[in-house]
Amino acid sequence: MIVTNIEIVPGRQVVKHLGMVQGNTVRSKHVGRDLMAGFKNIFGGELVGYTELLTESREEAVDRMKQQAEAIGANAILNVRFSTSSVAAGAAELFAYGTAVVLE
Amino acid sequence: MYDLIILFVLLSLGYVFGQIAEKRHFRSIIKRESEYQSILTFAKRFPLNNDGEQRAELVGGNVVISVDYFKRFVAALRNLVGGRVTAYESLLERARREALLRMKAEARKKGLNTIVNVKLETASITKGNKNQVGAVEVYAYGTGLLSNH
Repeated sequence: MIVTNIEIVPGRQVVKHLGMVQGNTVRSKHVGRDLMAGFKNIFGGELVGYTELLTESREEAVDRMKQQAEAIGANAILNVRFSTSSVAAGAAELFAYGTAVVLE
Repeated sequence: MYDLIILFVLLSLGYVFGQIAEKRHFRSIIKRESEYQSILTFAKRFPLNNDGEQRAELVGGNVVISVDYFKRFVAALRNLVGGRVTAYESLLERARREALLRMKAEARKKGLNTIVNVKLETASITKGNKNQVGAVEVYAYGTGLLSNH
């Protein structure tokens, strides 16, 4: 599965367009991470726990998108975009979407 | 009275450790930026030369950075009169440059040397919380290519 955020895959031709595929995940942080974040609140600096949490969540959103693309028979996803929204206090939604295509 | 003492302790702790952390971070950013200079990044959508490139992969990097107590206090004061909030400007600059560096690091790990269509996304993940942390997340992503420029 090739994933890009441009409209083409260099050197490959698109044979068939299959429409949009998407994947999302809503994650909340746990109390331990919040506690550490509270300390960082005073000293400043990177919140490693949050960084990891968001990395994992984004990977999961992309995985779900790939699964959906595989299910409809695509072998590449083009023009992928990411979007983040905070649905409730302390929880974030990560959303990935793109166009599923069949490459030659 | 005790409240005032606690406030001053927090402010000075935030100022000292925040400044040290920020200086160290900027030094590390500058050092790594010269290390990853060979990886070219473009905000444009199409690769330099359309033929010859075989591999294309999505690469990205993210970082969550929080401000210190002192800077948040200064920003709150600035809020009263309005104007440039320099305390938060450096926070966002650090976050963006760090996210771009992590994206480049991932590209190098995958053996790619060009990144096109770079997008930067900023999210304040703790918005709406009661005891909110003044933290910002920056995610940088783009399509990594192996190109013979």
